[in-house]
Amino acid sequence: MKEEEEDWTLVIEPRSSLFDLQLKEVWRYRDLLQLFVRRDFVAVYKQTILGPIWFFIQPLFTTIIFTFVFGRVAGISTNGVPPLLFYMAGIISWNYFAECLNTTSTVFITNANIFGKVYFPRLITPLSIVFSNMLKFGVQLALFLVVFIYYLVTTDLIQPNFYLLLVPFLIILMAALGLGFGMLISSMTTKYRDLKFLVTFGVQLAMYASPVIYPLSSLPEKYRFIILANPMSGIIETFRFAFLGAGELNLNYLVYSTLFTIVIFFIGLVIFNKVQKSFMDTV
Amino acid sequence: MSTAIKVENLSKQYRLGVLGTGTISHDLNRWWHQVRGKEDPYLKVGETNDRTSKGNSEYVWALRDINFEVQQGEVLGIIGKNGAGKSTLLKLLSRVTSPTTGSIKARGRIASLLEVGTGFHEELTGRENIFLNGAILGMTKAEIRSKLEEIISFSGTERYIDTPVKRYSSGMRVRLAFAVAAHLEPEILIVDEVLAVGDAEFQSKAIGKMQDVAQGEGRTVLFVSHNMASIQTLCTRGILMSNGQVHTDHTVAEAISQYLSLNTKDTSTSYKASPDAINDYVWIESAFIESNDSINNQVMTGQDITIIVKYRAKELGLKCSLHVGVYNHFGDKILHLGSIYGGFDTFLTEKFGTIQCKIPRLPLVEGKYTVNFSLHVDGRPFHRIEDAVALFVENGDYFGNGKLPNPRESKVLVDQSWSVI
Repeated sequence: MKEEEEDWTLVIEPRSSLFDLQLKEVWRYRDLLQLFVRRDFVAVYKQTILGPIWFFIQPLFTTIIFTFVFGRVAGISTNGVPPLLFYMAGIISWNYFAECLNTTSTVFITNANIFGKVYFPRLITPLSIVFSNMLKFGVQLALFLVVFIYYLVTTDLIQPNFYLLLVPFLIILMAALGLGFGMLISSMTTKYRDLKFLVTFGVQLAMYASPVIYPLSSLPEKYRFIILANPMSGIIETFRFAFLGAGELNLNYLVYSTLFTIVIFFIGLVIFNKVQKSFMDTV
Repeated sequence: MSTAIKVENLSKQYRLGVLGTGTISHDLNRWWHQVRGKEDPYLKVGETNDRTSKGNSEYVWALRDINFEVQQGEVLGIIGKNGAGKSTLLKLLSRVTSPTTGSIKARGRIASLLEVGTGFHEELTGRENIFLNGAILGMTKAEIRSKLEEIISFSGTERYIDTPVKRYSSGMRVRLAFAVAAHLEPEILIVDEVLAVGDAEFQSKAIGKMQDVAQGEGRTVLFVSHNMASIQTLCTRGILMSNGQVHTDHTVAEAISQYLSLNTKDTSTSYKASPDAINDYVWIESAFIESNDSINNQVMTGQDITIIVKYRAKELGLKCSLHVGVYNHFGDKILHLGSIYGGFDTFLTEKFGTIQCKIPRLPLVEGKYTVNFSLHVDGRPFHRIEDAVALFVENGDYFGNGKLPNPRESKVLVDQSWSVI
């Protein structure tokens, strides 16, 4: 009997190690991840006439409104950068993070139907959310680049610099931060839904505690720490500085964001992994 | 042959009632015990899962200390009444949820068809959904691509394959979904009641495919169904579950017969109304079966029998009719008899009376049957008696030549006359 027990390929037990993340299995299901991303991306704009153009319209209009309300009416400084570029850079970054967070945070509840019937590594679903939002972000980034190049050619208000090399890293940070928070929240809302209510408006409010609509430099020194506590602040500031060369770049902020992201991501991953095994009983 | 699945001391506890503010105290208590390294206090309190009787505990054991092994290539049928724990067991096996205690060990990939069509996306076409559904069930894209043609032709939806699934009829959806699932190639396949869907043609196709999977390809299959006939044809071994425990683990035939005896409510030769039925306008007072002019529920195929129903009424002149249903021991309705088919549309009630239905040459094959009665007033069911009388039929010489088809092949017999012309 003993020698036979060695070669089980699957052992299902009530408790397993907290750090047994089964990433190998996630890798085996990579095709599913790809198909989910495709589904999300393709299915959203089926039966619309404008199709993927809607991806542009949303950030474009938000930018125009922000430019008008915050730039013209409220007169908030943009550090001498064209307001259109200033707001768009902030909005697309923040939107990417916020969408990753919002969608991931309800992943157990919205997918209870399918999770209740078949098993696949649950982590695939939040990952697919992050990737399909990344595609969307890519489309919006392209729009941003068009506006960016226009200003680059016609004016000398912006000074892109070698920090542009950091942009892919910044995108990964935004994704990981949204994913980490989202997994954490989704795991905590399977049983008690209270947190769900906090998330929706919490994310909205958090945008105002980040340099999306004003440059960090416009804040008095003594309030800055509030804004800088938001891990997205460092990311957005760096993103904007890389493209526009305005504002202030403090790599310490970015280091803080990175560490924060790593911690949140792993806590989220571990808790998600623990909850996924039996959340069906309580969802 | 090696063991494909080994289930040891498997238990699953569920909590009843609503989750809310009140339940957090239990969670905190459980967590506090865990922190101190003590045993979960609520694991001791659960009750067995008998749905019908009200319990005292908030916790029930949907499964309690299940042990069994499945050999590779075996087709195991799992049967039991509703709430016996079958579905919970399958959920644990397919990792939809995790056990409370105990373990499951398996060799090879497990795929489950708990419900077909999971994850179909309405907006995507049939073809896109084949890929999506296949991937959800654990296939890689390459695997699906190599079987795409086969899947499409098995489903019989060639014409619609590039149309969004939301335009499909429910039957087409199921066909497509089953086609994907049937082409999975896991070492262990879990099937729950999927054969209950689709039309007769598709069902037989599906059963055929299941048989190929199990017998031809030597894979292990766990099959849950209420359909004893398909269990009997597909399975090599049977497990009967009852109240979250394994009741019988034996051959299919033995498990089924245990299941049926578990189900037997009444084997009475005649029905007699209990006093509390008597308050109505009209009620069936007694019912029984006669053969050879005496009350007898043990008859032979081909014998003349008479079903006799005596009623009483408080209200006179009601327009009544009688219906009789005959069910075989699998619970399938074999015959439906009604006074409207061979006698009178309605009769008017008197204080009491007797209705009889003669069946010449009983066409039922050997087996145990139960008879239900239903008294209709003004065309609507009024007084219904389920499992009123048991009817035992033994082989008799129906055709007058000593020959009879296998009872499994033919549920009823009809006169037939053959000739070469």
